[in-house]
Amino acid sequence: MSNTIHDMGGMHGFGPVEPEPDEPVFHAAWEGRVHALQRATAAAGLWTIDGGRASMEVLPTVTYLSCSYYQRWFLGLERRLLAHGLVGEDELAAGHSLRPGAALARRMTAADAAKPPVRGDFARPANAAAKFKPGDPVRTRELNPATHTRLPRYARDKEGVVEAIRGCHVYPDTAALDPADENPQWLYTVVFSGRELWGEDADPAITVSIEAFEPYLLPA
Amino acid sequence: MAAEDDRKHGHDDKGHGHDHQHGHEHSELSDIALRVRALETILTEKGYVEPAALDLLVEAYETKIGPKNGARLVARAWIDPDFKAALLDDATKAANALGHVSPVGSHLIAVENTPKTHNLIVCTLCSCYPWEVLGLPPVWYKSAPYRSRAVIDPKGVLGDFGVTLPPETEIRIWDSTAETRFIVLPMRPPGTENWSEERLAEIVTRDCMIGTGLPQPKAGR
Repeated sequence: MSNTIHDMGGMHGFGPVEPEPDEPVFHAAWEGRVHALQRATAAAGLWTIDGGRASMEVLPTVTYLSCSYYQRWFLGLERRLLAHGLVGEDELAAGHSLRPGAALARRMTAADAAKPPVRGDFARPANAAAKFKPGDPVRTRELNPATHTRLPRYARDKEGVVEAIRGCHVYPDTAALDPADENPQWLYTVVFSGRELWGEDADPAITVSIEAFEPYLLPA
Repeated sequence: MAAEDDRKHGHDDKGHGHDHQHGHEHSELSDIALRVRALETILTEKGYVEPAALDLLVEAYETKIGPKNGARLVARAWIDPDFKAALLDDATKAANALGHVSPVGSHLIAVENTPKTHNLIVCTLCSCYPWEVLGLPPVWYKSAPYRSRAVIDPKGVLGDFGVTLPPETEIRIWDSTAETRFIVLPMRPPGTENWSEERLAEIVTRDCMIGTGLPQPKAGR
């Protein structure tokens, strides 16, 4: 979903940022296991990075806010495993497997995990020329899809300027729903003045950029 | 969803990760830890994951991949103008050419702080962060206060970190809304002119490379 609590840029009321001196990588062993389970199961290719994000965005608002980061990862992972039929509710309740596993296209072995991790490459060949070039004024569209998007609410229907073309990438809005629907789109860095985003009282010294896919943009 | 909510409401081990030590009298192992252990058991029994692989994944980020990787890039850029130009042109290529660091995937972008402009990195929608060069993000980076305020009140956020910029400095916030990842190239502080690359790398903290800190030459060295 798009207009859910995860999209929190510009909200008030969450209080100060609290840096933690000498913060450990994981605050409890289970956090590391959730991190690893998420990455190991992603190797099967049943969902994309945006499918993973979407599964956390649909958590109830109160749950999202009351969970720690890795609790959200865990709840999202459970949902994906259930949705893809890899585990059953009865198995989660029992705490152990009740039937043989399904065949996976890929499985992360210890040998795979021993290699340095490399992020996936989301660049894809373009189906058409880029519509915009650096310096072009653009207006973001007013979009409120019921499904996943990466156009934040604070940057919808706002005028900005294309600063850079970042290549043609997997389109999150479709790939979140179906990993096979990569629907590659041009990606741009679009920069907005603070006043365009937050009104005339905003600090004139602020500019904000987003990484915007071409379907989010109209010529201004 | 009901089952999930029931399970969720079965405990109150909520909030920031650093609250976990406050714990509960009823168990040393919280409900979430038990649930995670159960899920790992199920996935292992079904043949989907190997515990040995999970161990290695955890170990990589606990011991190998962290902000030291990014600090090397910054220190090299400070002493080598050609490397700096290459880093700002294509940070993925420059980082991989330097070697030794963990391989950097596509679309790492380095943004340079100057006397005119200070850069600040955020992901308002989730927690996008350049893992290869900074490791896993700190709790505050993933928290609602940072994600909500960085784009509307960056000076207030910097104040939470004790950072004050000259009033004329422009602040550019980069919201990581796609699979591009950003690292800030901070300004080399005065008084470090004769420092070695290794010594320079020591003052490049994680926060300097997110934009919530400034490199501080340590006194007495």
